[in-house]
Amino acid sequence: MAAWAHFPAGLALESHKRADAIVPVIELPAPSRVVLPLDPGTGESAEPVVAVGDVVQRGALVGRATSAFSANVHASIAGRIIAIERIEAAVPTGACLCVTIAADAAPASTQDPWPAATDHASMNAQQLCDALHEAGIAGLGGAGFPTATKLVAGRQRSVHTLLLNGAECEPWITCDDALMQTAADDVVFGAALLRRACGATACVIAIEDDKPAAIAAMTLAVDRAVDAALSLAVVSAVYPRGAERQLIEAVTGIEPPSGGLPVDAGIVCQNVATAAAVARWGTRGEPLLSRIVTVTGSGVARPCNVRAPLGTPLTDLVAATGGYRDAPLRLIAGGSMTGIALPSDDVGLGKATNCVFVATRADIAPRVDAFERACIRCGNCSDVCPAGLLPQQLHRAALADEHALLRELGIFDCIDCGLCDYVCPSQIPLAHRFRLARGRFREATVAARKSDEARERHEQRQRRLRDEAAARQRAFEEVRARALPAARGSDGIDDKSGEAP
Amino acid sequence: MNTDAILWALAVAAVLAAVVGSALGWAASHIRPDDDPLVARIDALLPQTQCGQCQFAGCRPYATAIAAGAADINRCPPGGEHTVRAIATLLDRPVCPPDPAYGVTKRPQVAWIDEERCIGCARCLPACPVDAIVGASRQMHTVIAAQCTGCELCLPPCPVDCIELRPAGPAVGNARRVA
Repeated sequence: MAAWAHFPAGLALESHKRADAIVPVIELPAPSRVVLPLDPGTGESAEPVVAVGDVVQRGALVGRATSAFSANVHASIAGRIIAIERIEAAVPTGACLCVTIAADAAPASTQDPWPAATDHASMNAQQLCDALHEAGIAGLGGAGFPTATKLVAGRQRSVHTLLLNGAECEPWITCDDALMQTAADDVVFGAALLRRACGATACVIAIEDDKPAAIAAMTLAVDRAVDAALSLAVVSAVYPRGAERQLIEAVTGIEPPSGGLPVDAGIVCQNVATAAAVARWGTRGEPLLSRIVTVTGSGVARPCNVRAPLGTPLTDLVAATGGYRDAPLRLIAGGSMTGIALPSDDVGLGKATNCVFVATRADIAPRVDAFERACIRCGNCSDVCPAGLLPQQLHRAALADEHALLRELGIFDCIDCGLCDYVCPSQIPLAHRFRLARGRFREATVAARKSDEARERHEQRQRRLRDEAAARQRAFEEVRARALPAARGSDGIDDKSGEAP
Repeated sequence: MNTDAILWALAVAAVLAAVVGSALGWAASHIRPDDDPLVARIDALLPQTQCGQCQFAGCRPYATAIAAGAADINRCPPGGEHTVRAIATLLDRPVCPPDPAYGVTKRPQVAWIDEERCIGCARCLPACPVDAIVGASRQMHTVIAAQCTGCELCLPPCPVDCIELRPAGPAVGNARRVA
């Protein structure tokens, strides 16, 4: 065990993690209906392979990944497909294609459609990656990035370290803490499989020091595993320690290059919950069908952690924990800093939904009032920025849509942690502005590329039309040259009158 | 005084002058810069819809006219206010609102052919300024949506009105990056 201190900026926030609300993890029974988002959280949906009316077994494939950024989706309960439509979902884009399954029809066979055990021991790294891809495993830490894609990229770039992220720095969220306390051996076993799949020689599990119970459980599990390549790193609790780049820097001292990926620094980063999901696949052959999610906030009666089938409507999750109380104001998927506000509680639990935060006015009240004021150049934002950016400069550039300046100031290194907003005495919604500015930047880039293509195609067309006209002219002149002596002899046509048609 | 040295220097200078002069002369007549850099810079700011709403035969002719001072900078409806602003900044001219006489700014759109109704007359093919319609005589036509600029030039030639313009899909998603 080693303690590491290096970290640029960040802030120790009030954690709102009550020890009595972490364990035990409540097992939620299968709901009567699930709404499975086909987008894991990356913005790219899987393609549905079932039709409305089909009866599916638990674990049957319902959506197939179509790119490196989408993941397979399996039925988390047995039943009948009643809808495949684009609806609101707990994903960053706000909506995606979802498959709704109602448990009103029993499939012909009650046997699981996956093998009872996998022979992971005999698989090579590529086969492991393929199997994890088939099992639909995606990053459970909050981004939903397909695990196999990261592992394959890691092996291609010969990474040296697998970093398991158990930092869980965001206030309110405790699902990884609960997982490490209750399933530490799964995490360690999953870590071994992941390390083999990406070819790393070492594995470090990083945990923040405000989780003594999880650290104790993980220490015991690591000792039991007797694996020299496996170690535990305890990092101090500073938000946003658990953001991928910030954790890599804190644990290894290596800063992933701007615009690059962790694999460029020789590291693959996975969440501890993802490792546990890999372990479930390894021991039971089970694809990703459920996850632990924190249901919390002052607006729920009994904050706790719940293991629920994916797609469980958030209504059912909240009901299972005693229902709402104290006039909830906002429903947020994720934590208080980076979560996504949801329009209703009738959306399904997604792979990347690590927390359902039911906020009351007290949880999210602005410090002074609801109004934004002018920037006073206090510099608080640049003091806390974990990416080392200058938010006030970025803000000016974002308001003016100065795209070249935004890029120069590193807008794409912003990790959306929201700390600049949090400390801004003028209550400027900085992170929100940066997110919008990035969207506009990308749109402008795409528009510029499209317009260049259109110009190129138009010019090519003009050239083609010119060449065709010239060829016609030549052909006309040839014919005229041949016909001319005869014509002059017979009816005396003036050869200067003949212009091209 | 060494006259040889002077003669040598004169000879070398004369030969250099002849070689460089003829090379420059050849380059001036053969490697002509094919466009006016100002026209190219204005053209780069135009949206390249090639729709002709400015009453010029495409974006480049309009850029040429602006550069020559023959046309106002507010005649491009697809570019809208954004384009006027960009050209005004480039030419250091006052910003003026887009002239509604040339059309109104619409959201990005793409042409779509109702393939049930298309009779395969091929009249829309030569109308497309970016060759984004695929088809042949008495064959069904279709639009390559990724290349369509939404210029609406294919609408008038269609005898059965089977082409409509639909809003273009979102250009990019807005994915998050926090793990």
